[in-house]
Amino acid sequence: MELFANQVLAGIATGAIYACMALAVVMIYQAIDHLNFAQGEMAMFSTFVSWQLMQWGVPYWGAFVLTVAFSFAAGIVIERLLFKPLAKAPILTNVAGFIALYAIINSVAGLIWDFTIKQYPTPFGSSPFLGSQLISTHQAGMIGITLLMLLLLFFFFRFTRVGLAMRAAASLPESARLVGINTSWMIALGWGMASAIGSIAGMMIAPVVFLEPNMMLGVLIYGFAAAVLGGLSSPFGAVMGGFLVGIFENLVGTYIPGVGNELKLPIALALIIVVLVVKPAGLFGRAIVKRV
Amino acid sequence: MSAAEEIVTEAAAVEAVPKRAMTLGYGTSLVVLAALILIPLFVKNFIIFQMTMLLIYALAVMALNILTGGSGQFSLGQSAFYAVGAYTSAILMEHAGMNYALTLPIAGIVCFGFGFLFGQPALRLSGVYLALATFALATAMPQLLKLGYFEHWTGGVQGLVVTKPDAPFGLPLSQDMWLYYFTLAVSIAIYVASVNLLRSRSGRAFMAIRDNEIAASAMGVDVALYKTLAFGVSAGITGVAGGLGAIAVQFVAPDGYTIQLAISLFLGMVVGGVGWLPGSIVGSAFIIFVPNIAEGISKGLSGAVFGVLLFLVIFLVPHGARQVAIVAQQLAAKLKKN
Repeated sequence: MELFANQVLAGIATGAIYACMALAVVMIYQAIDHLNFAQGEMAMFSTFVSWQLMQWGVPYWGAFVLTVAFSFAAGIVIERLLFKPLAKAPILTNVAGFIALYAIINSVAGLIWDFTIKQYPTPFGSSPFLGSQLISTHQAGMIGITLLMLLLLFFFFRFTRVGLAMRAAASLPESARLVGINTSWMIALGWGMASAIGSIAGMMIAPVVFLEPNMMLGVLIYGFAAAVLGGLSSPFGAVMGGFLVGIFENLVGTYIPGVGNELKLPIALALIIVVLVVKPAGLFGRAIVKRV
Repeated sequence: MSAAEEIVTEAAAVEAVPKRAMTLGYGTSLVVLAALILIPLFVKNFIIFQMTMLLIYALAVMALNILTGGSGQFSLGQSAFYAVGAYTSAILMEHAGMNYALTLPIAGIVCFGFGFLFGQPALRLSGVYLALATFALATAMPQLLKLGYFEHWTGGVQGLVVTKPDAPFGLPLSQDMWLYYFTLAVSIAIYVASVNLLRSRSGRAFMAIRDNEIAASAMGVDVALYKTLAFGVSAGITGVAGGLGAIAVQFVAPDGYTIQLAISLFLGMVVGGVGWLPGSIVGSAFIIFVPNIAEGISKGLSGAVFGVLLFLVIFLVPHGARQVAIVAQQLAAKLKKN
């Protein structure tokens, strides 16, 4: 039983990484109705920017704020330059665009900062948290930041005019336009926010997985899985999904014999698919009712 | 939930391509065919090999096109079917000593079964969820092939070496050239069969499901059967392509069939035009040659160059090669009138 409890705790610690990323994934899904395959690379690039700022002598929190601002702006610029012209193109063409963006960012980051692994600092320290060997203060801090972001997002969508407008633009674009919402800019804003959340996720994740251009590959896959598991329409579900995926992954590795690191991912994904077959809209998602 | 949300009608993920617009006219087809037959006579062996790969990937892209463009289902798991086909052929040739040509139909049938079975749970999923499920299949496949239990058959991480066949009946052709014409014959047969499939009752059922699932079932189409059938057919063709690929490359190994292959095939489909079968060869050319061109332009930034080229293509022709073909057709019609 103690092993079980420890593994669950360790799972929550890794799950925090996925929860961070899943939140960014859900954010963009809310705004544009697609999964953005380049999301992880955007977060990776932002993290490198913050690392570079720190190398230049900017203190951690200064670099943090600057990076979030930079990512927000960069997200909007990417949407305006690259994806606004594709707004009328078929969805699959947009997906090809995400893959192209992925290739570009990955390659450019590799050229600027090369592919060697870099240490990334944490503001929370890395001593054991409350005497537990399984969760470090950094991981506890990461969970705290994720929950804080979730809370802020909830207030943003629930109680601000812009948040309401964004929800309207996402659910019924035509009616939203009729009441005077600039839906095109709402999409850009969604990109900006997703990019900013992604950058926070990147800066939280980097101390754990170390900084390098491919650091987000695995994380993004689990982030997608978490978002889908929790339900793509619910930020809360995404965070819960993240923790669940982390716990799943750890338990599978512990209790099923012969599962190395390599089979962890397929088994975690298979479990998620089983959940989806039973509950197609995700655990916390809302089933969309369509009139035909 | 507000009342407004209930009447959301989403645009279909895949455009409704009428079946007549899915193929080329006779004249154009003959020109393309003549080019494919004649070019290898005048080029070096390496280029012949690349053309063989072009046809093989075109087959795999077309298989995805039947699934997505035909029945409206999305798959990121094509690399898994390709791998199963490749391994079936390789194992039959190397362990059972079977003739290479005979292994292909078996690879096709095995993959058809595999795809058909995979289509069963996939029935409940659509859109992103289906993408995730197929994605899981694609990431799992290389790991499964590496497993110790099958190592005796699959060769584990090392993979298997496949011998390249000689031209039969003492024909004076090099191995590469023979394999090219063999691949060409198989590809043409499968292309013709696919075109006919899409024009048949089953093809109409696929398209009805793609355009409106509920309407299709109201018209008496067995949605579950045809959706899984589309998965089966797509997997079967991909499997044959995989078998041919194994013979052409003379080597199968788990790391040759990662998710990257599935993504390439997807890009090939988009560049060729979703739902336009002849576009598959254009898409295949894109995924084979453009990465090389990108590498030629800049070694360090090859990924970025590839991404920029891809953006250029989708900005200029968001509907892929199909759009080019339609514009060309309209131009030709105008010229005829004058």
